[in-house]
Parts: sequence; C-alpha cells; structure tokens
Amino acid sequence: MIRRLREKKSLQGNLLISPTMIFMVGMLVIPLLLTAVVSFGRRAPDGDVIFTFSLDNYARLSGLRTNCEDGSRLCFDPIYAQILWRSISLAFNTTVLVILLAYPLAYFIARAPAKRRNTYLFLVLVPMWTNFVIRVYAWLMILRTQGVLNNFLGSLAGLLNLHFTPLEMIYTPGAVLVGMVYEFLPFMILPIYTSIEKIDNSLFEAAADLGANPIRTLRRITLPLSMPGMVAGTILVFVPVMGTFIVSDLLGGRQVILVGNLIQNQFLIARDPTFGSAASLVLMVLTLIVTFIYTRKFGFGEEIVSA
Amino acid sequence: MAEFAVELRDVVKTFPNPGGGEVHAVDHVTLKIEQGEFFSLLGPSGCGKTTSLRMIAGFEWPTEGVVYIDGKAMGRTPPFLRPVNTVFQNYALFQHMTIFQNVAFGLEMEKASTDDINRRVGAALEMVQLRGMDKRKPKQLSGGQQQRIALARALVKRPAVLLLDEPLGALDLKLRKEMQLELKALQHQVGITFIYVTHDQEEALTMSNRIAVMEKGKALQIGKPEEIYERPNCRFVADFIGESNFLTGTIKELAHDSVSVILNELVAEIVGIPIGTLRTGQSVIISIRPEKIRIAEQQNFTNNALNGVVKSVTYIGSETRILVNIDGVELAVWEQNRISTLNLQAYYSEGQNITVHLFPENTLVLPAD
Repeated sequence: MIRRLREKKSLQGNLLISPTMIFMVGMLVIPLLLTAVVSFGRRAPDGDVIFTFSLDNYARLSGLRTNCEDGSRLCFDPIYAQILWRSISLAFNTTVLVILLAYPLAYFIARAPAKRRNTYLFLVLVPMWTNFVIRVYAWLMILRTQGVLNNFLGSLAGLLNLHFTPLEMIYTPGAVLVGMVYEFLPFMILPIYTSIEKIDNSLFEAAADLGANPIRTLRRITLPLSMPGMVAGTILVFVPVMGTFIVSDLLGGRQVILVGNLIQNQFLIARDPTFGSAASLVLMVLTLIVTFIYTRKFGFGEEIVSA
Repeated sequence: MAEFAVELRDVVKTFPNPGGGEVHAVDHVTLKIEQGEFFSLLGPSGCGKTTSLRMIAGFEWPTEGVVYIDGKAMGRTPPFLRPVNTVFQNYALFQHMTIFQNVAFGLEMEKASTDDINRRVGAALEMVQLRGMDKRKPKQLSGGQQQRIALARALVKRPAVLLLDEPLGALDLKLRKEMQLELKALQHQVGITFIYVTHDQEEALTMSNRIAVMEKGKALQIGKPEEIYERPNCRFVADFIGESNFLTGTIKELAHDSVSVILNELVAEIVGIPIGTLRTGQSVIISIRPEKIRIAEQQNFTNNALNGVVKSVTYIGSETRILVNIDGVELAVWEQNRISTLNLQAYYSEGQNITVHLFPENTLVLPAD
C-alpha cells in the first residue's frame, strides 16, 4: 500500500486533496442537491416539506398565475421578477461604483514606494476586523433621520442661519448602494492592486519614452494590463452582492427587498423552505449566467498576460 | 543641427541613502556626444552609467547641472516630449500587444496616419529582419528576436538619439557577438547617434567611436577605444579595460617623452612613457599589458630587463599565459601561439630561469592615486 502510494503520483494527489473533497461534497454538493430536491416539493400546512415533483414554486417565481383576481385565465405578477431585477441592477451598480473607487486607490498603493505599500494595504484591511453586521449598523447610525450626517448638516445649516429639513436617506435604494459599496470595496482594491503591482516599472517608462503622456499610458498600458485584477474583483464583488441580505435588511428596511431577503424570509418568517430553495437555485443560476457571459467577454484575464 | 547631439554639463545626481545621507550616483559628469557618434558609457555596476542614461531619457532629473539634447536644455522635460528613444535592458515589450502594435505604439502617439504607420512599421521590422512576425505576441519570440523588436520599436520613431541600456546583457555569448556587429552596422546605416551603456569592455571596444569609462559616479576617461586601451589615464581604467600588470615606484628622471622610475618592489630602474602631469620624485604606478611583455631565455637588452623564474604556464588556445616570479613580484605575460606545436612546454617550463623585457614604449607611467 505504502509502496503503491510512493509510485503513483495521481494517488498521492487524490489523497492530498481528499480532506477538501470530503468537505466540499459534504458541505456543498449534498446540501445543494437537497436544496434542489426541496425546491420541487410542496409546503405542508405546518411548514414541513412534502417531497414530490411539483413546479409550483418555479411558476410562482416566474410571476405567471392561473387563478387571477380579474378572472382571466393567465396573468403576470411582476413582484419576484422585480426583486430579481433589482438585485441584478444593484449588484451591477455596486460593481461599477466599486471599480471607480477602487482603481485609483489600488493604483496609488501599487505605485507607492515599496515600504509604504504594506501600511496602506493594512489600512484597507483594518475595517474588516470589525464584524460585518456592526459595520453595516454603523452606516445606519450615520444615515438615519436623526443620524450623524443629518445632525452635522443641521448644525452647519444652523451656523449659516438656514432652514434645514433632515434628509430621508435611510431605507432607500441609495442607502443600500452606499452600504454595499462600502462593504465590498476591499475585495476590488486587493486584486486590482496585485495586478498593477505586477506590471514592470520599465513598461510605464517605455510608454513614456515612446511618446505616451500619463493619460495615454493609463489607457493603453495600465488598464489593459490590470484587467485580470478588475475581472477577479468584479466576480468577488458581483456574486456576493447578488446574494447578501444583511445590508439591504438594515439599510433598506422593508423598502428595498433583494433576492437574499426573499430567500431569508421564506426560511425564517414565511416558513416555506420549498419556495426559498427554488429562489436560491434561481439566484445561483442567474449569477452563474451573468458570470459566464462576463468571463466569456473579458476572460478570467490571464490570457491577456500569458498568451 | 546643434554641435553636439547630447551634452551633459557638470551633471550631478544624488539619491537619498536608505541609511541616511545621500549617494552621489553621478558626480559632476561632463560629456559631449557628437552627432552620429556611437558613444559608450562603460563601467562596473553602480558606477552611474545607467543613471546618466536615464537623465538623458528623462526618467530622472539632474540634481545639479544641465542635460542638453540637440542643443536644447532639457530641464524637467518629461520623457514623452524628448526626441530620444530607449532600448531597455529587459526590452520592456508590451505583452498584451502584438509585435506590430508594439512597434506601431510610438507612431500612434505621434498621431501618424494609418498608411504611414503600416509603411514605417513594415520597414522597421524589415530592418531587424523580423518581417512576418507582426501578428505574434512578444512571449512567442526568442530573446534575440525580442531584443530586435525593442530596437525596431525605438528606431521607428527616428529619434535624434537612441539610448541603449545594456541591450545585449540577457543574450548568450554567441548571439551577443553577432548582435554587436549587427548593431554597429545598423547604427552606420541609420546614422542616428547611439548612446550605449554596458559593463562589458569588449563590447564597448568593439562597437564604439568613443567610450567614457565611469567609476563611482565620475567619468574617469573619455576617448577612442584605442586611446582607452593603449593610454589609460589612471589605474582604474588600466585595470578595468583589459588586463594590466602594476608596479609602483618613484620618478628619478623626467623628460618630455620618457621617464625613468626606481621601483619600490624590486631593485631596478624602468623607463617608460609619462602619462598625465608628473614631476621628479613623485610616486607613480607603472602599468604594462601582459601581451606587450617579451619573454626570453637570456637577456637581450640591458634596459628594462628583469630576470625571473617561470611560476606557471597556462595554455588557452590562441595564447599561452605565463606567470613569472621576479624576486617575489609576479608578472603576467601572454605569448601569442604563432607556431602550431603540441609541445609548448618545450619553450618554457615551470622553474625555468628567464628574462622579461618591458619595452619603454609599452610601459606606462601614471600618477599614483
């Protein structure tokens, strides 16, 4: 046995990854299959699952109904489609804003003197030592009607003798966007930083030497060569934003319901695991499709550098 | 057209030292590089040659002094506004672009027309014999081919001056020798001033019209290859370019074209050529190339003859290198193997008594540092 192990490289490899494999199968593959099975079930009156093969949950998610209030045979209820669309567009807006904010900072850090870079990266990561929920809660304190920002603006207006009505910032899509951007910024900064830092300094010099001013160097050299970082960051931001519910729960209140909130509600409040499972699977498939289209278009970024 | 293609006037460049204080990377260097010249900056690593080149390119700005390109003071003109182009040591090709896009990049920055770009890139690739490679990526080419692309990318802009920072350093010896001759021919063909940084003395001697030998931020000697080799003006240059035997002594008599020196190490008087300003009684260094010493079984001349014993004989093909011990002082003597024989040891063997003749015209007397 031991001898066979020494001789067979593939066996060694399998043995080495087997703890990970067992964990992944037990904690990901099996639960996912269970979710799929449950999603085709029916909800029992007591909130239990009746295992059968029914497409009811998916039909409900699609918004198509047969028994309509106005008496027609088929009608469309857009509520879930709206939630899905809201989630996708929020994830998209978050990703775009995060790229716009992260890129200059990542560039600044990557081109700073080597000994200062670690300090800057450390500062980027420091907020992550605080619990995720607490950080979102801090935004609640800042944005609410009697919050830090309104108080500050109020006293500023008072100094200038102006009338001030507190701004309604909390429980709006804007508040959720701010929270998302804040939460996921580091996940964009780090991969972009890494890809800019990898660009040899002589390439910037070569571009300048050949007559490119700093803006053209950015457009023709820096941006294309840091695409891998932006692609990686986009996946790291877009995918979790699609699924998260804490930010929208705390900063969006009842006003901004995302797919994550929908799923959470089905399991914890409506006690309908079958519909929750169906929504989870639809979210997953949608995310996969978006990611697939995106990586088809931009690649994972490696081929730009390695081809 | 200005008198000089590039001029460095009393240029100083200091960098902050990590341990505090400043490092003088370039220390009061003055260079006048003529139009169309192949000029080399030669020296060991850290001598300031690359920093000097980077100040001409505009990647660094002088702490003191002025850099002139084509007669215009550059001041803090950024690299993209200077009429010079650089071939980088690691080539610095853009990996995300094809060969064509790499070479076209500089022309696009000039907003040249598409026709013009196609024509000039084609001609540039032709010039470096890489036509047909234009759709490949840099990684798909060999080191030597990448080197040529870097050259084409810089030359396609028709710069007033081409700066080359050890461009052949990453190539193997045989390819390097080929490229040396090719570069020289190319420079002749395009007629552009080349400023070439290298630590390889043979490379500098092979290619250059003139060489500046640098050490510790200073340009020690500037001259034609033969001047640098045959009349080094200090011990460092004599030692760094080729090989030299060194003896020390004191001047006994000084004439216009000859000087006699009493040696410190040996009881002997040597006559040689005075280099630089010397005076009677001054401490001096005597420098003599190993290939310029004559070895004989008996003393043929009375002047400049030293008797010694053969310490070792090394056959290296084109020549035989003999180490001679003269009362404790060792001299290297290289004899050309002019006769085809398998029995070199028949001439000289270890322990043999011989005489070395240092001809006065080959014996340089330099001021001691």
